[in-house]
Amino acid sequence: MSHSETLILDGAAIRRALTRISHEILEKNKGTKDLVLLGIPTGGDYLAAELAAIIAGIEGVEVPYGVLDITLYRDDLSHKTIRPLRKTDLPFSPDDRRVVMVDEVLFTGRTIRAAMDAIMDLGRPRSIQLAVLIDRGHRELPIRPDYVGRNVPTSREEEVHVDFDSNHKPIGVRLIKP
Amino acid sequence: MTFLHKHILGTRQLSAQDITMILDTAESFKEINTRDIKKVPTLRGKTVVNLFYEASTRTRTSFEIAEKRLSADAVNISASSSSVVKGETLEDTARNIEAMRPDIIVIRHSASGAADYLARRLDCSIINAGDGAHEHPSQALLDLFTMRQHRGRIRGLTVTIIGDITHSRVARSNLFALTTMGARVRLAGPGTMIPPGIEKLGCEVFTSMEEALAGADVVMMLRIQLERQGRSLLPSLREYARFYGLNRDKLQLAREDALVMHPGPMNRGVEICSDVADGGQNVILEQVENGVAVRMALLYLVSGPVADNP
Repeated sequence: MSHSETLILDGAAIRRALTRISHEILEKNKGTKDLVLLGIPTGGDYLAAELAAIIAGIEGVEVPYGVLDITLYRDDLSHKTIRPLRKTDLPFSPDDRRVVMVDEVLFTGRTIRAAMDAIMDLGRPRSIQLAVLIDRGHRELPIRPDYVGRNVPTSREEEVHVDFDSNHKPIGVRLIKP
Repeated sequence: MTFLHKHILGTRQLSAQDITMILDTAESFKEINTRDIKKVPTLRGKTVVNLFYEASTRTRTSFEIAEKRLSADAVNISASSSSVVKGETLEDTARNIEAMRPDIIVIRHSASGAADYLARRLDCSIINAGDGAHEHPSQALLDLFTMRQHRGRIRGLTVTIIGDITHSRVARSNLFALTTMGARVRLAGPGTMIPPGIEKLGCEVFTSMEEALAGADVVMMLRIQLERQGRSLLPSLREYARFYGLNRDKLQLAREDALVMHPGPMNRGVEICSDVADGGQNVILEQVENGVAVRMALLYLVSGPVADNP
């Protein structure tokens, strides 16, 4: 099978995008009051940790972050092979918080739909926002991100991969053409 | 990693990888059981029939709660209130239920092999909730889950199972699952209650409870089934309690931190004394708690897409 790969973002570019997103989150929410980050595995949880670290560097405040496994809320259980579940780990209640969901690649929007259902089962946040590193288009639901690292026009057949090193630091985003 | 079983008929068919996947999945479901809203939409629109031909409180309630927490529609049928009393055969009852298109049937039956029998004849998934003296896989899996939770592993543990081994589906399912996962299994009980040749399945057999207990990591007591065979195999319950009942003195022969398990319901004063059943080493109610998470994992895993192998 022949396919070509393009590096869309390198580690430094990802870092700059996450730094900008951090500033935008702080600006839109007027600081860190009631702010929590919720990463969607796999990848989104690592990015949530990165954003929390960057925000701590800017504001000097530790923003709580958690992991939200959405496998049980997916609408395609009977189509896909079962994958091992990740544990949902929220060190806080989402009640009355400003929840920022963090995902690596926004595609059809179905994952985000599932994530919103999952959050609603855990509590009643004041607001839910969405931060993604890559928006590749092809939405199937009326969902839009609040913070975007990079818009990448793709075809449906292409794949977008975010790579992490062994310390869960993002090191690159690749566009793979079939 | 995929789970390729359409049915859960016994632990004998499960590989170490299957068992690990079930226990890992159950780990995630345990978190849901501690939430305020104990429900996820995963099996929404699926129908599960609990077909119980034998009395059961724990297992049936546990399955029903697991089904409801996954948003499946659960229907309970117990033999005493169904057309079984009118003389309908198992196969006819099952075919009629299947005509109503359930996705999963959870069955308990007094005949060994009943679950397997249905799995060969029906299209829906079958989960064995205990068939005669054959297997009770969900019980064994929740036992392993509880052991792993306390010890961090199964491999290398010494597990002593004491009681009426011949008639115990719990013992058999545990024996298969534990040996697959690399634990050492010891069985102990009166000679009349140990099936000849069972050591060929990879366990050690003892008639002395004291020897079987020495250095054990887990002590699993089985219920003497007073309503079944108990009487003809035992001279008296008092004698049984003396030789094979677990009390504080005998428990000291096991490891200091040994876990005391019992699948329930307990006959206090027969196979287990109250001071042990309620003592600091007992994990009996944890077994019950973990049962819901393990059964959620089984329902979830058999609902996924499967290859055609059973």
